[in-house]
Amino acid sequence: MTGASPTGAALLWVVVALPAVVGAGLATAGRRADRPAPAVAIATAAVALVAGTAVAVLRPAVRVPFVPGADLGLGVDALSAVVVPTVAAVTLLVLVFAAGDITEHRARFFGLMLLFAAAVAVTATATTLPTLLFAWEVMGATSFALIGFSWRQGHRVAAGTTAFVTTRTADLGLYLAAGAALAGGAGLALADLPDAADPWRDVVAAGVLVAALGKAAQLPFSSWLSRAMEGPSPVSALLHSAAMVAMGGYLLLRTAPLLAATGWAATAAAWAGALTALLLGAVAVAQRDLKQLLAASTSAQLGFVVLAAGVAAVAGGTAHLVAHAATKALLFLVAGAWLSALGTKQLDALRGAARRWPAVGVTASVGLLALAGVVPLSLWATKDEVLAAAKASSPALYLVGLAAAGLSAAYAAKVLWLVWQPLPDDAEAGLDDEEPGTRRIGSVQRRPLGVLAVGAAVLGLLVWPPVGERLRAALGEAGAPAPGPVELAVSAVLAIAVVLAVARRPVPEPDWARSWLGLGTATRTVVVSPVLRLAHALARFDDRVLDGAVEAGARGTVLAAREAAVADDTGFDGAAEGVAVLVRRLGGFARRTQTGLLHQYYVQAAAVLGAALLMLLVATT
Amino acid sequence: MLSVIVFVPLAAAAVLAAAPGVPDRWARWAWLAVSTVEVALVAVVVAGYDTPAAGGLAFEERVRWIPSVGSSYHVGVDGLSLPLLALTAAVFTACAGHAVREEHRPRAQAALFLFLEFTCFGLFVAQDLILFFLFFDLSIVGMYFAIAGWGHGQRARSAMKFFLYTFLGSLALLLGFIGLYLAADPHTFDIPELVAAAPLAGSPGVGGLVLAALLLGLAVKTPTVPFHTWLPPAHTDASAIGSAVLAAILLKMGTYGFVRIAMPALPDAWRAWSWAILTIGVVSVLYGALVALAQTNVKRMIAYTSVNHMGYVVLAVGAAGVVADGAREARELAVTGAVTQMVSHGLITAALFLLAGVLQERTGSYEMDHYGGLAGPAPRFAALFAIGAFASLGLPGFSGFVAEFQIFAGSIGATWGAALALPGILVTAALFLRALQRVFTGPTRGKSHGFGDLRAHELWPVAALLTLALLIGVVPWPLLDLVAPASATVVDLVSR
Repeated sequence: MTGASPTGAALLWVVVALPAVVGAGLATAGRRADRPAPAVAIATAAVALVAGTAVAVLRPAVRVPFVPGADLGLGVDALSAVVVPTVAAVTLLVLVFAAGDITEHRARFFGLMLLFAAAVAVTATATTLPTLLFAWEVMGATSFALIGFSWRQGHRVAAGTTAFVTTRTADLGLYLAAGAALAGGAGLALADLPDAADPWRDVVAAGVLVAALGKAAQLPFSSWLSRAMEGPSPVSALLHSAAMVAMGGYLLLRTAPLLAATGWAATAAAWAGALTALLLGAVAVAQRDLKQLLAASTSAQLGFVVLAAGVAAVAGGTAHLVAHAATKALLFLVAGAWLSALGTKQLDALRGAARRWPAVGVTASVGLLALAGVVPLSLWATKDEVLAAAKASSPALYLVGLAAAGLSAAYAAKVLWLVWQPLPDDAEAGLDDEEPGTRRIGSVQRRPLGVLAVGAAVLGLLVWPPVGERLRAALGEAGAPAPGPVELAVSAVLAIAVVLAVARRPVPEPDWARSWLGLGTATRTVVVSPVLRLAHALARFDDRVLDGAVEAGARGTVLAAREAAVADDTGFDGAAEGVAVLVRRLGGFARRTQTGLLHQYYVQAAAVLGAALLMLLVATT
Repeated sequence: MLSVIVFVPLAAAAVLAAAPGVPDRWARWAWLAVSTVEVALVAVVVAGYDTPAAGGLAFEERVRWIPSVGSSYHVGVDGLSLPLLALTAAVFTACAGHAVREEHRPRAQAALFLFLEFTCFGLFVAQDLILFFLFFDLSIVGMYFAIAGWGHGQRARSAMKFFLYTFLGSLALLLGFIGLYLAADPHTFDIPELVAAAPLAGSPGVGGLVLAALLLGLAVKTPTVPFHTWLPPAHTDASAIGSAVLAAILLKMGTYGFVRIAMPALPDAWRAWSWAILTIGVVSVLYGALVALAQTNVKRMIAYTSVNHMGYVVLAVGAAGVVADGAREARELAVTGAVTQMVSHGLITAALFLLAGVLQERTGSYEMDHYGGLAGPAPRFAALFAIGAFASLGLPGFSGFVAEFQIFAGSIGATWGAALALPGILVTAALFLRALQRVFTGPTRGKSHGFGDLRAHELWPVAALLTLALLIGVVPWPLLDLVAPASATVVDLVSR
């Protein structure tokens, strides 16, 4: 269980085990831990961040036995060396924000967040399929518990259930992939999966692809993310943008060689990503609720990551994932800050919100401009890196991706212009529709926003020389297609043009897009309702037919026993009684000869003698 | 040593039953003390256990018993039975802990459950079919009295149904045992001898019939669809600890019979009929999960999830009979998963039934719709139930995931058909989350008002069981190291 460096191995255990143990302790400690919980959690996350940065340098690998033939393996390679510190940093910043934002049941909240952080660290460093699946589903469970954090409101718990069940549907792909990997003789190490024999390799790839699309809220699984917005804003910031949802895209980046080896899976991933980026971009444009808009945007932005995995642009995809994590965590925290202060996340009511707290407004603007792809902020460059690879693969993919980039600019601009508009005369109208607002944003909440804004601005460095070249080289993509000046210029102009256009005229908000393409309704009518009907029908069948047959069998036995008893009474016993009666009657006859009168005995004796004589004569002749 | 483990509870039961003067308090604590001693004794066996040679046994004892029919008092353990022995000790101790506040005839109850513990230990160490059958039937008798004597609702009727149904099943089992006995030359009821001889290897017709009789008997006890309808009423009307023992231990007698007797003694028939067993497994998984989803009664729901969970075991042992090239590792994984599932289901379902019993104890109702927002008045109850529910739906970190991952990876690795059961883990997730949602969340309403939270004797046994499930879920290899060699042997034997 040692890697290259014992210190590194120990630090890797700190990254995954410390948050898990502290988190489990806090989550089960009850109300008495509410007071120390934020400090304990922030300290833990800080230690995890330091350790996570250290392992990114030391690159340790550890293995412990788990099930026969499949160890639990954790390891840091070039890919996870980027992602682990990113996630650890976002976790820390979100927890700092939450220390100011979450005021009730803090032990449970911070405990679950730390458990999630541990799960995401394991997911990012997993080297075998069981390890991945282990952490993958724990992320899902913490997501359920955090979405339904305010459990007295039933709809929030229901949203958590939807999220868990939808993502678990996709997770079945990983169970299938594990079986297929065993059958294909490749073993369960992630790196060995491309070596599985045909046709098992195709099944492995399909399973991994489906699981990743589910977690990354790609089509057709996107709608759970909409429901997930019922959770507290820090949860949305960490789980439903920067970390858990992003892990879906990350899994495909990690298994890009497997996707490529099958031929079809890479193409399928690329198109799934591109279409999600396009369609969910349109969904985001049409939203009137800030968190819904950001959620749809998360699906769309991860579409670029999934597209990157499909066109083998792992470095570009990773850079986009990291830059998006900072940007979207920032925006969700801003949305959370406004929600806590103003009691609403409806865009109409947030008109002029940036002017109420200008510092927050400025950080929000940095995030929104980055999201829009405005030059020179991070997502402009990272997205173009992905699109360059898409262009080399298929012009159609590139065009779809470019259109999706235009939509990103549209939805980001929609929010940007709105929150900077002058405060309306009835500034209080529409506020407090969700919860009573506090009308203040404390410094504890503000500080993380600034850090994240810097990240959103500068993380584009991950694709520029020299960092970008080193990342590409480390990931074995030194010769990967890079965006040329024309492409960079086209996307930069497109973004700015769209942002300016949105300032002049309102964006369209068609119903099909506002309703998330009707995906939630479709899932209910096509899957949930039929399954529930089937379940009830089977339950009736179980009671009436199966159990009915058993009961009927039992009744039949009792009935047969009764008949047998009757038959026994009237038949066998009757026969026996009959014989007895007959014998008694014969006895009666016999008794009648015993009259006690001597002369009658003589007559009888004579008759018997006569009969005997007659028989003797007959016998002798 | 094994005989001590088996007969100490019987002796204790006899003393308690025969001494009416024993105060209730003493009887309750005596039960807990004896159970704890049993845990220690089993721990000694586990500590002293060295994996025997393939097909061999550890702690073996053999004494002449009925030589005229080739039956002896033959006991021993291997990697298949030792985990179940440990499970039995753990679950009965948890039940004894839960019952330290029992008011209803505690002395008789303690005696009865000690007697049940004796039958369970006896069955899992038995290496002779007559001995196996004896314990099998005695457990049915014991459970009949547990339901009829300490149950609620229509307990007499449910107990009678349980008894008649499973007793009928045991007769089919006896028929199969006699078939094995007659086929063996020389005639014997000794399990290792029968396994070594595989007496019906050359006659597929008779072999199939004997297997059918064994399967029928074991399927009723497991239970698998369509022989499961005794289970929901038995669970619903049994006491909390009765349900816990029934689900955690008695059901395992059926699945244990598959790996102990049916698979290794009838390898040819098992391979020939593995597709049918696999099908029963898949149907049980899906059917059990879907019917559970439609339930509104908490205990009935958990009962149907048992059908689902035992379906995974049947699925795995069926897949292990699909002998194809190169999938040996996968089939071993499936059998290891099946044994892990027996332990895991025992721990988790016992915990859930002990918790469900609290509903009955407080309000007399298991109906989900009578509650709502129960997490408010009873946060500890809600937390433990939620943990148990997630463990039961196979969340990683708990033993259920270790079991189900191995079962699915192994079974799908052996045969594609097993993948058809995958939606089972999805439906299970949905039904547990729905139940959590309906009973524990939302505004506090209905019978949730004034619901007292768990008291110590309700809390700690459940917490202990779930902690064991957590330990196995996080560090499974001590258990799997025990099981895996035995699984390899079973796969060897069934591949002959």
